[in-house]
Amino acid sequence: MTDLPASKIDLKAVISGPARVDNSEGMSYLQSVPRRLVTLYLPLTIIVVVLLFPFYWMALTSVKPDDQLLDLDKFNPFWTWNPTFKHFHKLLFESYYPHWLWNTMYVAICATMLSIIASVLAAYAIVRLRYKGANLVGGLIFLAYLVPPSILFIPLATVVFQYGLFDSPLALILTYPTILIPFSTWLLMGYFKTIPFELEECALIDGASRWQILTKIVLPLAIPGLISAFIFCFTLCWNEFIYALTFLQSTSNKTVPVAIVNEFVDGDIYRWGSLMAGALAGSLPLVILYAFFVEHYVSAMTGAVKE
Amino acid sequence: MIEANAWTQLKHNRNWLGFWFMVPAMAFLIFFLAYPLGLGIWLSFTDTRIGRVGQFVGTENYEWLWDDSIFWLSVFNTLLYTSVASAIKFAVGLYLALLLNENMPFKAMLRAMVLIPFIVPTVLSALAFWWIFDSQFSIISWSLKHLGLINQNINFLGDTTWARICVIFANIWRGVPFVAITLLAGLQTVSPSLYEAATLDGATRWQNFRFITYPLLTPIIAVVMTFSVLFTFTDFQLIWAMTRGGPVNATHLMATLSYQRAIIAGQLGEGAAISSAMIPFLLAAIMVSWFGLQRRKWQQGENND
Repeated sequence: MTDLPASKIDLKAVISGPARVDNSEGMSYLQSVPRRLVTLYLPLTIIVVVLLFPFYWMALTSVKPDDQLLDLDKFNPFWTWNPTFKHFHKLLFESYYPHWLWNTMYVAICATMLSIIASVLAAYAIVRLRYKGANLVGGLIFLAYLVPPSILFIPLATVVFQYGLFDSPLALILTYPTILIPFSTWLLMGYFKTIPFELEECALIDGASRWQILTKIVLPLAIPGLISAFIFCFTLCWNEFIYALTFLQSTSNKTVPVAIVNEFVDGDIYRWGSLMAGALAGSLPLVILYAFFVEHYVSAMTGAVKE
Repeated sequence: MIEANAWTQLKHNRNWLGFWFMVPAMAFLIFFLAYPLGLGIWLSFTDTRIGRVGQFVGTENYEWLWDDSIFWLSVFNTLLYTSVASAIKFAVGLYLALLLNENMPFKAMLRAMVLIPFIVPTVLSALAFWWIFDSQFSIISWSLKHLGLINQNINFLGDTTWARICVIFANIWRGVPFVAITLLAGLQTVSPSLYEAATLDGATRWQNFRFITYPLLTPIIAVVMTFSVLFTFTDFQLIWAMTRGGPVNATHLMATLSYQRAIIAGQLGEGAAISSAMIPFLLAAIMVSWFGLQRRKWQQGENND
């Protein structure tokens, strides 16, 4: 497959944007300040506020005392002067929440590891071994990316039941790779293509096996790609909902997204403080991971549309 | 002769080696993707229920669905949801990408912040919307009341029209960052000298966009929008977390309806028929994507280096 525009993009520049690359608006000095205020800063502020408001609201709700949550007349709802960590305390010590976090983490890490191992091998074989039918298999893997979980969950539920995996984390660990492998294979193929062929040829002549070439030469050079693939797979696992909802039953086995939706509502009573604290705590690991690896994340994301 | 032999050997070897390298990935994809996909289509022709193996019933499930008004409502909702949300995601995403492409202070931080809705698990942000759209304690109702614009709380998720607007809004909210950041990546490949030349020739800002930015961005737009449409069309979690298809099935998508029928009501066959009915739509989207890619290759032909 040909390299597409996205692969030529300096991905680091998309986020960090050094002046060298980002001079597409080099003529912006021609615009007056008031004009820029109206055409640029105002719309940008509105969009950013709308995008981030739900998180502010989540955070605020999770530290608001209960009486202030439900009384909109006496207190200004947009702020609180007496934050409380009661909701978090309740979450961590009086519910299964730590359990759910652990489940999510466990499933996400195992599924990610399995997928990355499988994808590294597949991507290497497609790009470097160029065996017969490699292109066809590559195309099929790409097609697999387009098969959505919402079509597969019903037959998969019967399969999971047949294999005796129902209500076990193993069901998720084994099914998530079908979502992750197509994506990370395509991502890694892009990275492997950038590694010079000569390096491998030299090693082959020196008598290295394919396996040695892969582990000693290709993988160390593809570390940025591996990190991107890891982060994106991990995020997808953490985010996955429909399989976790269908294949797990007992409260203690659930993952964070499923558990929060189902377990924090007692009939008609919504425990908003705990709900929002739970949602916030469930998002934090990903946001922290993201903060450290923004560049990798963006490169993985644009990698998704690379082809 | 020997050379040819060695070469055949190598080729032979390479094929086997390639095969072994593919085994793990193919095993996952065959056992948990290809087989279930086929099984799903088969189930849609049976009357399987949870806990009971089904009999082949031909197209009965589909005939049943044909007369089912709720199914058609879910098809309508899915199409409405997909078309409105994708169109707005595209417009806002492109606009945001153009804004973020301008020179300004704190650019890097802004770009990083914009992506956050995309990273946070959908269900968890759906919960935030649950709370924002609460019938009694909605902050939107509160604000509008204090501004004197309304007298009564709006029943956001309890009224059919409002519920549709709310789920579409939440979907747009989540999808815009992806569209924007990817298009921004595309924008940065456009050479500034093109704009300079055009401006010297007297092109306006709109003409710059229409005749330089847009054509050069088309290939990436085609791909981003295919993904966006595909994922919106098959969306499940946002709806399930926010409304579970209610009120009065007004927000049921095909995916949520199939979950409802298959898992909650236990009619696996019928649920499978609903999700199989999504396949033609998905194939159509993939065809569009494929043609988009063809076009992209053709466009790349000239400046391929």
